[in-house]
Amino acid sequence: MAKPLSVFGELVRNFFKKASTQGYPFKKASVDSNFRAQIKYDPALCVGCQLCVKNCPADAIKIIQINPEDKPQVGADGKVIPVHRKFECKIDLTRCIFCAQCVDSCFKKALSSSQDFELASTDRSSLVYIKKYQDASQDKADSEEKEQK
Amino acid sequence: MPKITVPLGPQHPALKEPGNFMLLLEGEEIVDATLRLGYNHRGIEKAAEARNFVQATYLIERVCGICSHSHATCYVTNVENIAGLEIPQRAKAIRVVIGELERIHSHLLWLGVAAHEIGFDTLFMYSWRDREYVMDALEALSGNRVHYSMNTIGGVRRDISKEAHEDILKKLDILEERTNYYIHLATQEPTLHARTKGVGALPKEEAIRRDACGPLLRASGVARDVRKDDPYLIYDQLDFKVITSDACDVFGRLYVRVFEILESIKILRQVLSNLPEGPFAVKTPFKIPAGESVTRYEAPRGEDIHYVKADGGPNPARVKVRAPTLANFESVSYMLTGDQLADAPLIIAAIDPCFSCTDRATIVASGKQSVQSLKDLRTYGIEFYKKKGIDFTKVK
Ligand code: SF4
Ligand code: SF4
Repeated sequence: MAKPLSVFGELVRNFFKKASTQGYPFKKASVDSNFRAQIKYDPALCVGCQLCVKNCPADAIKIIQINPEDKPQVGADGKVIPVHRKFECKIDLTRCIFCAQCVDSCFKKALSSSQDFELASTDRSSLVYIKKYQDASQDKADSEEKEQK
Repeated sequence: MPKITVPLGPQHPALKEPGNFMLLLEGEEIVDATLRLGYNHRGIEKAAEARNFVQATYLIERVCGICSHSHATCYVTNVENIAGLEIPQRAKAIRVVIGELERIHSHLLWLGVAAHEIGFDTLFMYSWRDREYVMDALEALSGNRVHYSMNTIGGVRRDISKEAHEDILKKLDILEERTNYYIHLATQEPTLHARTKGVGALPKEEAIRRDACGPLLRASGVARDVRKDDPYLIYDQLDFKVITSDACDVFGRLYVRVFEILESIKILRQVLSNLPEGPFAVKTPFKIPAGESVTRYEAPRGEDIHYVKADGGPNPARVKVRAPTLANFESVSYMLTGDQLADAPLIIAAIDPCFSCTDRATIVASGKQSVQSLKDLRTYGIEFYKKKGIDFTKVK
């Protein structure tokens, strides 16, 4: 039953096969559309409930209010206009384990997983993802600028 | 002939993780072996007590990179037992799917490592190439190749879509064909036999006496499998065989693992063909009541046991993990004895060890308690090694 050198047929076949490996980083690697990589934050949807912070296993995410000094205003008709609280999200990518628990915890859908996995950097300070609330007009200008690029 | 002691590890090219094996040699033959662990202690159990139940799921998942789903499922089941949660059938089925994919991935990984230790690097390359199919399937299902994070208290976090479902079935066909090819190769290739037959013998009685578990025990002819003996999730509704071998050597362990891949493929086809309809998770309770629970799970390496105690607070009061490798280490010194030094890496690899999973025992000498500062410990360490003739005083 033993057939020595039977694996040599495999060797010959391999001369005519294409490589199983990919040429990364020269060829772009793709990940599945379900892949959990960098978390993205949409400040317009966030209400600052801090649930994402509470359940983050790596203590990586911070949601900070950027306008804590703002006081409720009294409108012309005597109605109190509550403060429009604005937030900033900071995710420390050196701590984040990309578990996406924060995405599950957020009932406002302000956080989402992206497929952006190439996060390596030689500069430590660039390893913090910061996204701040900006006025809608500012947001629009930003996106236009991006498009131009 | 004079006997000499050769230390294998803690850092050694043949070991993938730190562990120390003191081998007493007479010529090339190992006459005695002692094992020392503890180089990889990470304090995970204690760290879990400082996190809430949800956070701890991700921590426990990181007990092991290869059997991450096993540990997480074991922990989550405990918490669900304490909270009295009944999880949906679909969630159970999805847990089985991930669990079996993980088993295939782990066994293919082991096959590669074992082939590499044998010196059969072609097989190593092949099995790791084919492992990519499982990794891709896991990535598509869960969102990550290694830490799937599929479990949550109350079910699973993602559903299996129709397309993903068909994709897995296609990948399983390829894997089945490849596994059959390896079996064909293993029965024909005499070098493989020469390197594995009779190596690292562990007779049945000795395996039972030393409390071996998983593929190591099954390769010694004992049909023990938690999936059959104490079915969890939906294993009681599935048709599969417990693979055993009477070879009691490394070849037997090879045989058991390779055929277990085929059984896992069979299980996956059954589960995927009638995946129960309905929700895949129930709401995670806000508060976990006081209570305790123990769960057993058949991880790729053997029986995994977790204990969780809750005291009604936000964090677990105690988490205990018994990884399968800890049970199997008992047998290693027996298996090494009487074999050649060159076979030592293969014998150690044959239990599919996971040192960092295992390193979590805290030994508390009864009656003796002391608190030491880092400085005191350093002085103690220097003195300890000085007695052995090594001077560390100059190392800063
Ligand atoms: S992905 Fe996980 S670790 Fe990262 S910020 Fe979200 S919860 Fe924290
Ligand atoms: S859970 Fe969502 S809404 Fe709440 S603070 Fe976090 S991002 Fe904002």
